[in-house]
Amino acid sequence: MSLILKNVSVVSDKDGVILDDISFEFKPGRIYILIGRTTSGKTSLMRAIAGLLPITSGEITMNGENLDSQPIWERDVAVVYQQFINYPNKSVLQNVEFPLLRKGLSKPEARELALASINKVGLNDYIDRKPAQLSGGQQQRVALARSLARKSRIMLLDEPLMNLDYKLREQLRVEFKEIFNSQADAVTIYATTEPPEALILGAEILVLHEGRIIQFGSPTEVYEKPLSTSVARVISDPPMSILPVSISAGEVKFEGGYSQPIPTKMKNVKEGRYQVGIRANDIVTSKSGGKAENGTISLVEVSGSETLVYVDTPAGEVVLQMEGIHDVKVGESISIELPGNRMFLFETNGALCVSPDNAGE
Amino acid sequence: MYKVLKATFITIWSLFVLFPIMWAITTSFKPEAAVVNGATFIPWLEFQPVLTGWKAILPGPDSLTNLLTPTLNSFIVTAGATAISVAFGSLAAYGLSRFTYGWKKYSNADIIFFFVSQRIMPPVVLAIPFFLVLKQLRLLDTHLGLILVLTSGLMPIVVWLMVDFFNALPREIDEMAMLEGCNPIQAFFRTILPLSKPGLTVAGMFCVIFGWNDIFFALTLTATKVLTLPVAVIALNGTVTPYWILAASTVFSIIPLVGLAFVIERFLSRGSLGGAVR
Repeated sequence: MSLILKNVSVVSDKDGVILDDISFEFKPGRIYILIGRTTSGKTSLMRAIAGLLPITSGEITMNGENLDSQPIWERDVAVVYQQFINYPNKSVLQNVEFPLLRKGLSKPEARELALASINKVGLNDYIDRKPAQLSGGQQQRVALARSLARKSRIMLLDEPLMNLDYKLREQLRVEFKEIFNSQADAVTIYATTEPPEALILGAEILVLHEGRIIQFGSPTEVYEKPLSTSVARVISDPPMSILPVSISAGEVKFEGGYSQPIPTKMKNVKEGRYQVGIRANDIVTSKSGGKAENGTISLVEVSGSETLVYVDTPAGEVVLQMEGIHDVKVGESISIELPGNRMFLFETNGALCVSPDNAGE
Repeated sequence: MYKVLKATFITIWSLFVLFPIMWAITTSFKPEAAVVNGATFIPWLEFQPVLTGWKAILPGPDSLTNLLTPTLNSFIVTAGATAISVAFGSLAAYGLSRFTYGWKKYSNADIIFFFVSQRIMPPVVLAIPFFLVLKQLRLLDTHLGLILVLTSGLMPIVVWLMVDFFNALPREIDEMAMLEGCNPIQAFFRTILPLSKPGLTVAGMFCVIFGWNDIFFALTLTATKVLTLPVAVIALNGTVTPYWILAASTVFSIIPLVGLAFVIERFLSRGSLGGAVR
């Protein structure tokens, strides 16, 4: 009873390799988060499962039956798009009823299920409105209600909160968690570019990069032990600073001359060239004036409760996050410390070498 | 100042454009004396309106020619050609908008150009081939024959307009319909067609205008049994016909189009999609 992808590849003449040999088993009753950058292939993977994108090679099966041989309209896959797609000429109720009637349900049955689903997303008062008369968040709820009502065996959500404002996003995220958990026997796949969304929904995470699944695991696993710099970049928000270093003579040497004693956890690595990754909230500003790297501030982002500071240093660009709002200005120089016990060590090819303890904290 | 200039300009321009039509309308109500003794323009002041011209073109004791039968013919031919063109043209356009067809290096764009190219050739080049084909099919001087020939000219307009229209509708709507259990044909009829009224109205209107005004094919491919309105009006010209009768017949032949314009103006001015797409 699961959705199995076996060596699925999609190659197009125009765009090259879109999906690269993806094999994965999606189990029913679970939520899977597809996380990756904009061109990582999230949407393509979903379209391939739905049948909207023909696969070049490989096999997609659901409960043992081959989906590839089924036309789109027989696959029973529900999709919620990033754009709020509803039938503009139908009312909210008619929109939700439409797929149910197509499934062959009688008019009263369809109405009952549709109303229940509309109730679930909290749009009871709007059933006679046309989509154009609703706000963006409400339109997306209609799309969600339409997909939920069908009780499909596969439910795909492609960045459903992308086009909504911040507050609404927070609210819908929490609602999503409840709604998905009630979908007991469906495979739910949810694509997002935003790490916090993945963490809040608490589902299993698939990290997609250049058409391949590069890591799969629980949110904490992926966060604490990103298997490569690509994963670390995708999963860290604000971005992780990744700097080239060399390790020799008991020291971590950064470019531009700054160095510090090798952290305990990295004692056993061979000497040579590596990359060091460090999260923005682990970097601290130096007040003592001791062993610190100096740089110039190139960008400051203030977001409510924290300040993100981008610093150009001889070692490379470093991003640090400061609690609270700080009055720092672009062009000022700043001293920062890179705590050795918070560092990730990656090979030059990007593979994880050493991760710090309790990196998630 | 600007407003005054604008109003003046619009007024002058309107008079310029409308004058021939107004003249034709007044002339159609003139008695002989008001036409032959120099130009007159204002009814009741310069001449007493009479119905002589109109009586001549409608059935009755004073009838010179009966334009009602040609009107009916024109109506049948225009409606038939428009219906076929819009029905098949929009289906073709939907296919061209949503699916990729091709053979070697030729693809959708070439097919669309093929449709549009049907209108590149001057009708006179096509007249003889059409004549021979219709003769073979025994369709000369029949409604069906003329309908088929007009369709070949009107369908390209529909395809051309509707491909653009369908391209502007989000693909996700038909994808969604397919995901929700519609095959492509059902997706078209159940979700896309209801959204296409403005586009179909425009395409249909073009068909009606071109079909109604067609004179060339009607003249070459029909003779006596299927006499269309423009041909009948031209035929009046061929003999020595008083101006007031000619004026009445031209006014009579544009009445249906003017009426249609008023009916669909509402659809057109509402904007192409009226908030259908987010």
